Amino acid sequence: MSDERTLDLLEAKIEELRQLNSADGIDLSKEIARLEEKLDHLRQKLYANLSDWERVKLARHPKRPYALDYLQSAFEGFYELRGDRVVGDDRALLAGLARLGGRTVVVLAQQKGRTTEENKERYFGMPRPQGFRKARRAIQLADRFGFPLVSLIDTPGAYPGLEAEEHNVGATIAESLLAMAEARVPTLAVVIGEGGSGGALAIGLADCVLMLENAIFSVITPEGAASILWKDKDKAKEAASALQMTADRLLALGLIDGIIPEPLGGAHRDAAKTSAALQSELVRRLAELEVIPAEDRRRRRDARYRAIGRFRPAPMRDPEAPAAPEGAVRD
Amino acid sequence: MSLFKERQYVRIRVDREADDSLWMKCKACGELVFKRRVRENNNICPNCGEYFFLTAGERIESLVDPGSFEDLTAPIVTDDPLGFVDSQPYSDRLREAQEKTSLLDAVVIGRAAIDGVPVILGAMDFRFIGGSMGSVMGEQLCRAMETAIAEHRAFVLVSSSGGARIQEGMFSLLQMAKTVTVRRHLAEAGLPFLSVMAYPTSGGVQASIASLGDILIAEKGALIGFAGRRVIQQTISEELPQHFQTESFALERGQIDRVARREDLRDELALALGYFVEAR
Repeated sequence: MSDERTLDLLEAKIEELRQLNSADGIDLSKEIARLEEKLDHLRQKLYANLSDWERVKLARHPKRPYALDYLQSAFEGFYELRGDRVVGDDRALLAGLARLGGRTVVVLAQQKGRTTEENKERYFGMPRPQGFRKARRAIQLADRFGFPLVSLIDTPGAYPGLEAEEHNVGATIAESLLAMAEARVPTLAVVIGEGGSGGALAIGLADCVLMLENAIFSVITPEGAASILWKDKDKAKEAASALQMTADRLLALGLIDGIIPEPLGGAHRDAAKTSAALQSELVRRLAELEVIPAEDRRRRRDARYRAIGRFRPAPMRDPEAPAAPEGAVRD
Repeated sequence: MSLFKERQYVRIRVDREADDSLWMKCKACGELVFKRRVRENNNICPNCGEYFFLTAGERIESLVDPGSFEDLTAPIVTDDPLGFVDSQPYSDRLREAQEKTSLLDAVVIGRAAIDGVPVILGAMDFRFIGGSMGSVMGEQLCRAMETAIAEHRAFVLVSSSGGARIQEGMFSLLQMAKTVTVRRHLAEAGLPFLSVMAYPTSGGVQASIASLGDILIAEKGALIGFAGRRVIQQTISEELPQHFQTESFALERGQIDRVARREDLRDELALALGYFVEAR
């Protein structure tokens, strides 16, 4: 994103002028105001009409706030619970107790790394079976004590690897889904960046599903779809549009409950503001959910998922039409 | 055999020519084999034992008591909610698949008896866009489980699927959550769910409904796993074992309860179901 560079340079310039302004007593406020106006214009121009592919890039932006950033700003006192009690602790999928608006919640969160070193430890935010088993444990803990559950989703997907398959990653995703379907406590999921396929959904079966404005949620990465369906890796942009993975599209399709706005240019342009918006929306939604009796809430969640799918009656059969040859051997 | 006499498939235009060639070449051993022999042998090569795909219809026929199957597949087709077009419109792919299989989507469900035990049975058909799960499969599976609950029957599902159907985007991914939700209802009703994993049981199907059976039975020759071999090889440069994601790989690692040969699968299901019938 070279336009981002221009924005960065302008911001740096403004900051520089501000410091000069206060240090030397020279009045640069007019110059600063002029540059700020220019910056605003540029932002508007760049971000008012983002393409789907640009949103994919924003959702994956290396400066984008990650789960731990929100855990430190929108939540209080994150008390991490580690380990799956079987083979290890996944650093890509975190679990723990925290306070949200003064009350105890259980948080599940996928965490990407900032540095190469950290990404090595966190597998670029791709959870492994130990992570999904830990998630299940945390969901059950929340349910046992009546703590609401909040999931912060940000992953390219489950980690594809030999060991993950040996430890039956698919079944651990299924078990995590089942635990979420069983939970009687209020459950909230927010896609804060990338919602990549089954690895994301594993912690995303919830009473209320939200997305940050520039987050994406998809059955497959655009690159994966491009290579499977278009047989051409360069068609990722087309795939990103065809898959309808942006927050506004998914809201229009009725698959999510709401969008949390981001500052112009993306969450990373003003992390504090994004975090404040996230916090107030979580608190508001939680209050809405909590007034519903537990059994009704779960019935509503059941009905919500039961209703997902778009189909129509098949065209009626022509009774005169010849029957298909039954069960011929495939060549 | 008039197993499907009462089937109510809405037949989309079917103009496939009658298959009147008598012989086929086995892709494994290269031997020319008599087609009817292959068919009578559960689609297993009489020469080398290679398994060929079973269609959903053939699968059902191979498992249920003769004449017991009653098709309950809802006459619905996907709405193509994204109006998806890749190198080809999804609507075209669907029509081709419907013509090729004479099915409306990739799963058939119905009432049946297996050795006298009343069940609701679902069987996926890999020929239909890789047996992938979109809106229609998710709905059929949920209706199947709900019928099992209403009629107090066991649920038997034979999976053969590459996973979620990409062309329906998030609608497909969320079928995982949908089927898992109704699977919970089946469990609450105290009804057994026998999940049979055939070639292949992978992706979003393996990561949801197929892995949540009370008993998991793999058919010999199955492929069981979440991520595909190629995806894994692209991500890591590790050498994958020869029998990676096969039924023996899954059995050794504690991922499944049992393995059955295709010709024994009916007896295997009857045996397992028997314990639940006694317990009821």
